[in-house]
Amino acid sequence: MQVNMLVNGVEVSDDIEPRLLLVHFLRENLRLTGTHWGCDTSNCGTCTVWMDGTPVKSCTVLAAMASGSEIMTVEGLATDGELDPVQQGFIEMHGLQCGFCTPGMMLSARWLLDHNPDPNEEQIREAISGQICRCTGYENIVRAVKWAAAHSQKSDTREEVGA
Amino acid sequence: MQVPAPFDYRRATSVGDAIALLQDYGPDSRVIAGGHSLLPMMRLRLARPEVLIDINHLTELDYIRVDGSFLKIGAMVRHVTLQTSHLAAEYYPIFAEAEAQIADPLVRNRGTVGGSLCQADPAEDLSAVFSALKANVVIAHRSGTRKVPISEFHTGPYTTILEADEILTEVEVPLRSNTGSAYEKVERRVGDWAIAAVGAMVRIEEGLVSEAGIGLTAVRADHFRAKEAEDSLVGRPPSTEAIAEAASLAATHCDPFADQRGPEDYKRHLVEELTKRALSRAMNRSLPEVH
Repeated sequence: MQVNMLVNGVEVSDDIEPRLLLVHFLRENLRLTGTHWGCDTSNCGTCTVWMDGTPVKSCTVLAAMASGSEIMTVEGLATDGELDPVQQGFIEMHGLQCGFCTPGMMLSARWLLDHNPDPNEEQIREAISGQICRCTGYENIVRAVKWAAAHSQKSDTREEVGA
Repeated sequence: MQVPAPFDYRRATSVGDAIALLQDYGPDSRVIAGGHSLLPMMRLRLARPEVLIDINHLTELDYIRVDGSFLKIGAMVRHVTLQTSHLAAEYYPIFAEAEAQIADPLVRNRGTVGGSLCQADPAEDLSAVFSALKANVVIAHRSGTRKVPISEFHTGPYTTILEADEILTEVEVPLRSNTGSAYEKVERRVGDWAIAAVGAMVRIEEGLVSEAGIGLTAVRADHFRAKEAEDSLVGRPPSTEAIAEAASLAATHCDPFADQRGPEDYKRHLVEELTKRALSRAMNRSLPEVH
């Protein structure tokens, strides 16, 4: 079947099997391997992408169901070669070790900061509670998101553009 | 890599279209909404539909509104929408409390109210919530709709009264004055199913309990309901004695089994304790002067 979607601002279309999951469509058909594929059971959240502006687990969405939608993956976070403050925050605060959960964590963090620019620790932990990190104990991820909140002028610009 | 077995995909454009597609493809077709239970089951081959009928674009089923003497919730309302609905919370704070503990925020962005009820998982939370609220479900079929009390909707684990060519379109909850509600759940970690959970609704008029609802999940209560406990409260003044008696009845009349989440006696203990807490908070909300 034919699917069409806007992925990181680029119009894509392909002929796929209905059973193809969105995560595999992104990674294999589009070669956007920044989106990681982990548990396969909707638990770990490393496959998180935005679908029509909302973070979802792309291992539990069919590519067919996403047809007609706007998708943003971790590859869409940086603009014009400049990292999103969330990405910079993960660097500054050592918010990753192995990096496997990082793309999903950053997309949830960006969504949180877009809707709550100054979250407290509890709100950050709630926002990433659908995602699993086996390295950091979450401490440095929380610090990274706080760093991004304090350095998020860029996202303000984006919201003004989008408004 | 877990991949579902092959199937055909159809996207429904209206409720009528969805029913027509179900009729065309028969019992081997399944409706998919959020898909956060069905797709994992398909990957594990626990479910193997020949055709998936996608109802995610039926925005006509995405509403929460007051209509007459009912709060009406469309089947395609996502968990996050119910969790954050001021209208739902104004009448029944149990919704926000339960929803905040269902799965995780990412799953709540996709999972739906109707899908949760139709999936009929024996540990599902909204089944206990709507049981406590004595809700009705509205079911659409080829020639109209029928309305069924939630206590008659589930027929067992993963089964409901829905015929192969019917879809659930709405849940309606009676609006009640002088009523409080609350939800209590114990889970091992975020995203896990409940070890046990209890929803309570209490209406107090002229100093007496005039209506009570107690919903239980994950403990094999008939139709997610603690009927004996509900009946014991009606006509009595709200008191710690009445609460304790109801909680004891709820723990006695459910039928939990031992599994990796705990032994039977622990689960009964949870039901008793959580029923006390939920009833107590529901009563406080219905009559602020009662403590």
